[in-house]
Amino acid sequence: MSMTATTADLRATVTRSFARRKAMALAVPVAILAYLAYVFVAFDIAGIASRMRPDNAAVLLSDFWSYKTHVTRDNRTGAMSVAIEGERKGTWPTGTAPDWVTLGETPRVALPGSDTITFVPDGAVIERADFGRIEVHSTGRAITLTLPEGAAMPEWISASNTRVNLSGEGWRFSMTKARTEVFRYFPGWELFFFTLDSPFHGKSLGEIVALALWDPRLDPAHSNIAAMARDFWSNAMWRHGEVVWALGETALMAFLGTMGAGLIAFPLAFFAASNFAPARVLRLGLRRLFDFMRGVDGLIWTVILSRAFGPGPLTGSLAILLTDTGSFGKTFSEALENIDAKQVEGIQSTGANGLQRARFGVIPQVAPVILSQLLYYLESNTRSATVIGALVGGGIGLLLTQAIITQKDWEEVSYYIILIIAMVMLMDSLSGWLRRKIIKG
Amino acid sequence: MAVADHIPTADYLALVRRKRLYGGVILVIFVALMASGFQVADARNAGGFWNGIAHIFDFPKEILSEAARDWRNLPGFLWQFLPSLIETLNIAAVSTLFGSGLAVVFALLSTRGLALWPRATPVFRRAMDIMRAMPEIVIALVLIFLLGGGPVPAMIAIAFHTTGALGKLFSEVAENADLKPVEGLQSVGGNWLQRMWFGVIPQVAPNWSSYALLRFEINIRASAILGFVGSGGIGYDLKTALQWGQGKYDEVVAIFLLLIVTISVVDHFSDRARARLVKGGKIA
Repeated sequence: MSMTATTADLRATVTRSFARRKAMALAVPVAILAYLAYVFVAFDIAGIASRMRPDNAAVLLSDFWSYKTHVTRDNRTGAMSVAIEGERKGTWPTGTAPDWVTLGETPRVALPGSDTITFVPDGAVIERADFGRIEVHSTGRAITLTLPEGAAMPEWISASNTRVNLSGEGWRFSMTKARTEVFRYFPGWELFFFTLDSPFHGKSLGEIVALALWDPRLDPAHSNIAAMARDFWSNAMWRHGEVVWALGETALMAFLGTMGAGLIAFPLAFFAASNFAPARVLRLGLRRLFDFMRGVDGLIWTVILSRAFGPGPLTGSLAILLTDTGSFGKTFSEALENIDAKQVEGIQSTGANGLQRARFGVIPQVAPVILSQLLYYLESNTRSATVIGALVGGGIGLLLTQAIITQKDWEEVSYYIILIIAMVMLMDSLSGWLRRKIIKG
Repeated sequence: MAVADHIPTADYLALVRRKRLYGGVILVIFVALMASGFQVADARNAGGFWNGIAHIFDFPKEILSEAARDWRNLPGFLWQFLPSLIETLNIAAVSTLFGSGLAVVFALLSTRGLALWPRATPVFRRAMDIMRAMPEIVIALVLIFLLGGGPVPAMIAIAFHTTGALGKLFSEVAENADLKPVEGLQSVGGNWLQRMWFGVIPQVAPNWSSYALLRFEINIRASAILGFVGSGGIGYDLKTALQWGQGKYDEVVAIFLLLIVTISVVDHFSDRARARLVKGGKIA
């Protein structure tokens, strides 16, 4: 009797449990879908299309892998200038130009294919092999455009009374009353090693090696290799020296913050662990303090610390230190609670005092956990230090945000991104290697 | 007799001495690094350490006294900033959802013994390494330039990083999964999707959910920070209130309160939930 009753009960329970699981298996995806639908509306995903800036994407992508050289004539003074990215620090010295620009009475720019643009006194003449001769003149108040006879207006020209724009494969031309400009695009990051004022600019790799190793000194005061290092380090366009300092600052923030937090949290963790704490009140108080430090979060610490210490790497490392002291206090005290008491008793039986018990009974047990935590946080904080650097104004994070905010130096942005990723991955493998080394012995 | 000449104690003591020497050298290097690092950081900071430490409570005192004076405004501000807080939480939640979904795919494809294309596992591993190394702020700032402000750039940025971070952890869990159910399913003709869904996921689901919850905690913080640099949410309100400065410090305090309470509450519940998931109900 009772046997069948139990079986029936069991059957009912199992059936109910199956029904519940089936319902759950359906309810979870439905809930997630409903939530996503709500977010779709709340985030106005449909409106993204209208806010999107595809022209920005084009600028960004072309900047990532190419640079442009501006050939400009000031139409008021008639002065010609050739400048990489139009920047002062990338300007060719007066009277010099790259080989595709012929200076003179009527300067001429050679374009890809056999197209050319010639600057004439009151305008410019554009010769396109597959289209013909286009003339742009500045006549009194307006800018006039003359196409070859019988040609229809192509879509690569846009003209108004005040401005004429032309574009082709790898170049653009624009003329206003104030200036006539040709932009030519080339792949690569120009002036990455040496700027135009360096004697090493424009040399091939072979020449550079020869200069570095056996060729006579270009500057009698310095050896060529020292001059190269100096010119590279103080490259005004890419600022390699500053970038290396910034990377160092970021790594320093992570190192000081993580290790400082570890040094502070470790002794405190003893007072917060139930098997070591001298008083319950102290233990609970410390636990709440750790929770509070984690709860306040890096963002708020950063804001508060910036007011006291001003911008810089010290502020960033202190922000990391405060947040991580909370995290470490929690994990370290948990590790201390999980130790094997026998080892400590064994040490105690030899008459060791409290400090000796901790040194020989406790630390060997928790050291692997603590070291691996420290190394793990060191790696993850290298990345956080980039973000915190952007907030407090220090390290590579600052350079990165500055470069992004100007919205034109995207090649520098990509340079920084590559360096950041390399640094974080390096830290990752370094901390992984150390962890394996220390824990497995 | 030759055995007696050899005194093991001497060897042991030599070993101990060598270990102590190594330990001492490492300690000296570490202390030197910390000290010189501190000097460098202090020198490159705008305000010095000793000067700053004296003023560390000035700002908290200032905002708290202003908030204490205008304490009647606080409930109103808490209510006013609630929608921004919800937006911050939504960014974190959605990016955790998408990120962990993608992480599942990446983890399964990069785990030895489970991968659909075993030869491609290094590719997926490297991809995850790069995603993990990319700080959220980089993607967020670039996407703000392309998509305009708002929560979407932050969401994509955090989801991207989450995929890399969780993918690695997920794959470590999946590596330890028992392969017998997978082989059993294979023997009855289950395809890869079925083998994963019925053979692997049930084994790893508790650990995976626990890691995803931990990520959610981290992502709330990340989402608040990204708001500060231009995406939506409560970080943006904080930035606006701080830029205004004096007179809006009561708003700053309200935002701090909302953030601290939210992070603490979420941490607390996710701690409990994670303890239930992996330890079966015990909580430290």
